Amino acid sequence: MIHFVLLISRQGKVRLTKWYSPYSQKERTKVIRELSGLILTRGPKLCNFVEWRGLRVVYKRYASLYFCMCIDEDDNELEILEIIHHYVEVLDRYFGSVCELDLIYNFHKAYFILDELLIAGELQEPSKRTVARLVAAQDSLVETAKEQTSSITNIIAQAAK
Amino acid sequence: MNPFSSGTRLRDMIRAIRACKTAAEERAVVRKECAAIRAAINENDQDYRHRNLAKLMFIHMLGYPTHFGQMECLKLIASTGFPEKRIGYLGLMLLLDERQEVLMLVTNSLKQDLNHSNQYIVGLALCALGNISSAEMARDLAPDVERLLQFRDPNIRKKAALCSIRIIKKVPDLAENFMHPASSLLKEKHHGVLITGVQLCTDLCKVSSEALEYFRENCIEGLVKTLRDIANSPYSPEYDIAGITDPFLHIRLLKLLRILGQGDAGASDCMTDILAQVASRTESNKNAGNAILYECVETIMSIEDNGGLRVLAINILGRFLSNRDNNIRYVGLNMLMKAIMVDAKAVQRHRATILECVKDSDASIQKRALELVYLLVNESNVKPLTKELIEYLEVSNQEFKGDITAKICSLVEKFSPAKIWYIDQMLKVLSEAGNFVKDEVWHALIIVISNASDLHGYTVRALYRVSQASTEQESLVRVAVWCVGEYGDMLVNNVGMLDIEEPITVTESDAVDAMEVAIKCQRLGLTTKAMALIALFKLSSRFPSCSERIKDIIVQNKRSLVLELQQRSIEFSCILQKHHNIRSALVERMPILDEATFTGRKAGSLPTAVSASSIIPCNLPNGIAKPAAAPIGDLLDLSSDDAPPAPVSSGGDFLQDLLGVDLSPASAPSGTSQSPKTGTDVLLDLLSIGTLPPVQSSSSAIDILSSSHDNKAPVANLNGLASHSSLSANATSPASSAGMMDLLNGTGAITQKHEENGPAYPSLVAYESSTLRMTFNFSKQPGNPQTTFIQATFTNLSPNVYNGFLFQAAVPKFLQLHLDPASSNTLPASGNGSITQCLKVTNTQHGKKSLVMRIRIAYKTNDKDVLEEGQINNFPRDL
Repeated sequence: MIHFVLLISRQGKVRLTKWYSPYSQKERTKVIRELSGLILTRGPKLCNFVEWRGLRVVYKRYASLYFCMCIDEDDNELEILEIIHHYVEVLDRYFGSVCELDLIYNFHKAYFILDELLIAGELQEPSKRTVARLVAAQDSLVETAKEQTSSITNIIAQAAK
Repeated sequence: MNPFSSGTRLRDMIRAIRACKTAAEERAVVRKECAAIRAAINENDQDYRHRNLAKLMFIHMLGYPTHFGQMECLKLIASTGFPEKRIGYLGLMLLLDERQEVLMLVTNSLKQDLNHSNQYIVGLALCALGNISSAEMARDLAPDVERLLQFRDPNIRKKAALCSIRIIKKVPDLAENFMHPASSLLKEKHHGVLITGVQLCTDLCKVSSEALEYFRENCIEGLVKTLRDIANSPYSPEYDIAGITDPFLHIRLLKLLRILGQGDAGASDCMTDILAQVASRTESNKNAGNAILYECVETIMSIEDNGGLRVLAINILGRFLSNRDNNIRYVGLNMLMKAIMVDAKAVQRHRATILECVKDSDASIQKRALELVYLLVNESNVKPLTKELIEYLEVSNQEFKGDITAKICSLVEKFSPAKIWYIDQMLKVLSEAGNFVKDEVWHALIIVISNASDLHGYTVRALYRVSQASTEQESLVRVAVWCVGEYGDMLVNNVGMLDIEEPITVTESDAVDAMEVAIKCQRLGLTTKAMALIALFKLSSRFPSCSERIKDIIVQNKRSLVLELQQRSIEFSCILQKHHNIRSALVERMPILDEATFTGRKAGSLPTAVSASSIIPCNLPNGIAKPAAAPIGDLLDLSSDDAPPAPVSSGGDFLQDLLGVDLSPASAPSGTSQSPKTGTDVLLDLLSIGTLPPVQSSSSAIDILSSSHDNKAPVANLNGLASHSSLSANATSPASSAGMMDLLNGTGAITQKHEENGPAYPSLVAYESSTLRMTFNFSKQPGNPQTTFIQATFTNLSPNVYNGFLFQAAVPKFLQLHLDPASSNTLPASGNGSITQCLKVTNTQHGKKSLVMRIRIAYKTNDKDVLEEGQINNFPRDL
């Protein structure tokens, strides 16, 4: 099971955190600080796994961002690398060649996509197309709702004139 | 839209925060935004609620407190529109965790949303429940989730399946409800549902043996077929990763098969063909393929024996190990650790490769490989492997040294074929990384040396040689100092020369030089210096020609600022100057230390060690703790504390006592155990270390006590300890006893022996409950009748260990109280040890009022806090 997902920039700024195991706010800050110290300092040719507090952290760097997932000792590290890549590909497809700024300004979108990919720390959907379709469907639901409210406010505004 | 809304857009806020150049600026922006959001919350602003929550989430991610937004999440979730709910659930998952009570309030909204007509809203609720559900929520909402496992839309079914995993992990009792719906998910075609269904079955098997049996009977063939289909399926673009159709599904199926096959030969048999196929046909040039192979190997290793498959699996691991990709090598090592339980021989074949990995530049791989090497070592290969590891120790980087040293030491200890080999290896480790070894390691080495009587000469010469070369490794210096002290004569005279040795010439003054360097060196700790001082003292009789020089060095230390060194040098120089007749007996060699006691101690009870070392510091005549003595005491008391009263050999007793080690329990009936050897006891008591309290064992003792009361002279109180023994000395050898007093007093002139016996007080059970006893031992310093030193000893009378033990005391205004730190904060169960703590009470109205004290004792037992309180009124009257 994945205990948490972290996206950390090369400068150590947090871009996304998702916790599937209970960590208090204090612990979360501590975990982030510990792991960014551990991971950001590792050289480029080293393996993508770090042993940490009896758990394993699998990380992969994409451009300036480190994607980290923390798993149990008996989980399949190589598979987690694939899951990370899977997530990155979905993000890439959604934003159209994703960059760090996309994830900063649309952080909630990154969360929505992650929620279509993982629940309870387990993989939910192996098909990138399905994930993209589901996110798009929900986005359009939001759009229609927005249009409705704005048309209603327009009507009210015109009526008020 | 409200044109007067004060809030900025989310995008603008992020931009403003990113534009900040300093942390202070960022804090200011965040503070302003938070204030605006709080204001909006207070006004119950509905239009911008979701925007405010989005902002809060961003602020939260930056690490600022956002608890005030928690209720907003709940409000958004309770609203009707999809956009509000979407952001509300996101906030719920981000800002809260399952331990917050607020979460209980959301259960009702969740229940409604699980039954909502809009499937996306159902999906949102399932996702939130799956990610943060607590046990109570899981129990409440399990029926809804179970129903959703049969929902028409597969995307809801898959979410419900993962949500069920969370539920059964939180409440394992619910597992049986999910068994049948889960097994029907295994027949699905939709990969999302299939993958989550397999995962749910795996987790069900983990929490319920009933489920395990059920799936074993009903699902194995179906699962094998699914795996075969997916492994043989033609290219399908939707699920393809690096030429393999859905590796995620592969991996999950293999994982479930592993659990089903483990411990069941029939089930294992069903899956051998497909496992062989996956293991041999999967492409290993991409990560996805390797991930499948890795999982497959693990399954092969775990299911019931099948020789052919295992050979295949070990070969795959061999390929992994020689792979250039570090990730693959890492998982290879990881898997070999599991394989070693199954087939150690096959793993041994890869020994050379594994040793290479220990030297890898990647810390993760180093660590894995070291663990593996550790498991690989046995009697037959311990020599070459240890050699390799020690060679590596020389070049390894600092942070890894501690780890590797510990491993080597434990291997050498476990598999050592001969004592000389053990000693050689330990010397190498100590000279390479002496600062990284734990105390037990060099303690154990000393025990071994002490027991290898034919190697004493060899060892002391070898130690002398290496310690001259690497003076900065403290534990090496300690062992060397100890050995030179014990076997110094063998060092100089080349006694017991072995053929393999290179002869060295060490003169007596060289050896003394080495000790002097150890005492004077700034970098070495107090323990080492104290050990060197004792070694010098011992050498004084081994090397008569150097005795003047030794005396000088000891005398120099009389001025040492460190109490321990000062006191010891004063004692030693007294012995050197005035007591030639007993000196040679005092510095005799240590009796051979008992290995069995030591190993028993090491394996068994920490508590004994704690109590043993804690008694020493508190019984010094001047009442000042000196913890540095503990390690030595700990080391040397091995033979003494099991049978304290039994005299092993008189010289040995002297020595142990001299080194601070007589640990006979404080309440021992001293009168009886001591009477046979009165003459020697005088000495040991004078040297300050016997822990026997003044027990009024004979009527004459009381006489003396009372007589000294009457005198009321400013008597030199010898801590009460001396009172008893000097009394017995009175009877046997008054003259020598007077001389002994001299030892402790340094220069004090003694006119009347009787006056030496200051008032002594019986110890007092100050507090006793059904679970705890506290005993007070009193002592006063000469010339200061107002001040009483109290040593409190706590004993646990219950069968449970007390943790976080804290003793507090309060006294009325006319008293002043000073509490020293306690010896420990853990009190072992059933009186198996004790905590001691020293108190200093100054009575400003001495002679008018007697002591009184209110106490409070707090500790934790069985995770419960316990508080005991009491008042002590029964102090002896004249304290």
